[in-house]
Amino acid sequence: MSFLTVQDIHHTYFTKDTAATALSNISLKVEEGEFVSILGPSGCGKTTLLSIISSLLKPTTGTVLLENKPISTAKNDIGYMLQQDYLFPWKTIEENILLGLKLSKQLNEKTKSAALGLLKQIGLTGVERQLPKQLSGGMRQRVALVRTLATEPKLLMLDEPFSALDYQTKLKLEDLVSNILTEFGKTAILVTHDIGEAIAMSDRVFLLSPSPGRIYKTFTIPEELRKISPFKARNHEAYPSIFQTIWKELESLESAEE
Amino acid sequence: MNQQKNRVELLHKNYIHSLKIERWRVRFYQAVIFIVFFSSWELSSQKQWIDPLIFSSPSKIWHLFLNKIQDGSLLTHTGVTMTETIVGFILGTLLGTILAAVLWWSPLLQKILDPYLVILNAMPKVALGPILIVALSPGYPSIIAMGAIISIIITTIVVYTSFKEVDPNYVKVLRTFGASRFQCFKEAILPASFPTIISTLKVNVGLSWVGVIVGEFLVSSRGLGYMIIYGFQVFNFTLVFLSLLVIAVIATIMYQLVELLEKKLIKE
Repeated sequence: MSFLTVQDIHHTYFTKDTAATALSNISLKVEEGEFVSILGPSGCGKTTLLSIISSLLKPTTGTVLLENKPISTAKNDIGYMLQQDYLFPWKTIEENILLGLKLSKQLNEKTKSAALGLLKQIGLTGVERQLPKQLSGGMRQRVALVRTLATEPKLLMLDEPFSALDYQTKLKLEDLVSNILTEFGKTAILVTHDIGEAIAMSDRVFLLSPSPGRIYKTFTIPEELRKISPFKARNHEAYPSIFQTIWKELESLESAEE
Repeated sequence: MNQQKNRVELLHKNYIHSLKIERWRVRFYQAVIFIVFFSSWELSSQKQWIDPLIFSSPSKIWHLFLNKIQDGSLLTHTGVTMTETIVGFILGTLLGTILAAVLWWSPLLQKILDPYLVILNAMPKVALGPILIVALSPGYPSIIAMGAIISIIITTIVVYTSFKEVDPNYVKVLRTFGASRFQCFKEAILPASFPTIISTLKVNVGLSWVGVIVGEFLVSSRGLGYMIIYGFQVFNFTLVFLSLLVIAVIATIMYQLVELLEKKLIKE
């Protein structure tokens, strides 16, 4: 049995005038420790799918099972990282990273020092008492990662977490996140519209077609790219050909659309 | 290199100097307006260009001020009105915010109550004065109620709007940690709305003065509103102007205090 099983997800958004089907017939399986990406043009329901998997949104039909049990935010199964850091501006960095532990009543000396240790490990020292606005965009997104990891989630959701950063910071953070996830053996699902990022970071890439969103194709990234860091993967000789393949598929999706 | 550094320092000094000059210029003209206003008032009253019985004069007001300070009556009246105003505007802001929280908590209740809020907001609250006096008996309770009721509904509407405008992604972050609705309110919605609540506090200071003074017009035997109405009835306009000036000074001080509170509370 797989670590995460997503089965026959359909989701329809209702408004007074329309019933828009965002997702149709989505089924996928993710193994423990795997890193998968969901790639697709904007408006294909990527974020909706992520919200459903993390049980923030109840699908119209279908089930999501984590280790054969229905998934729930209450049990800290899920860590969710958004496009921007969304650190609370009135809380210090320390208060921000301990927020998840505090809300789930797991805050004690041990978890606290673990979270602060993680902050150090990620390369941020002496910022505990500072406010988020005193840090740069890349530093803030790293703090957000620590906040997400502090509750030790089994499954990590990354909703375009690098899209608001400048290119250089983005490349550095890709490496950092990839390293940390490998080190802790975390399972992660990344949503992105950046083909290169999907290839460089993942083990598998799901390509979603728009309106309604369904899984159009699955790509398995070759072993030699998986082993190395995202930055090196971008420069590997196997990278351009996969990029071209996915690029063409995306193009064909768009032309089918027209 | 060194020369350039000196040049920059010099320019910076000049800049600071120009800032200082501007500040002094502003202060100077503010003082001029103040002096011209009061001296021309005094002069035109003494020369009988304006009716001194109606418009009084700064010197008469000053003498009355000293008199009233000496017999202690001014302090009592001011104390009464200030207490009523402070209690009124704190109650108004607090109840308004609580009501806004209730509406945020239950979207259904919000939809049901929406037209009633619009009606209550449109209604001139001072018109409720006579009813409050009968219901709560003349005296402190009805005056404080006037000071509070005048600001409750508008506070509710403004604060509720700000609750709704908080970026939903903050709530999303909390929900991924399994936060309850109360925790979402406490950790995200309320602190994100502090700036709005403080700025309604500023508006409410002014509104509560209106409520309290009108309340005192209607019932009181003490307070600055009473002094105004009494001065009017016995045609002692010096007393009316004295009360007005005291109100102006104290209302300004209260406003400044709220601003100070704003700076303390909002770290950003």
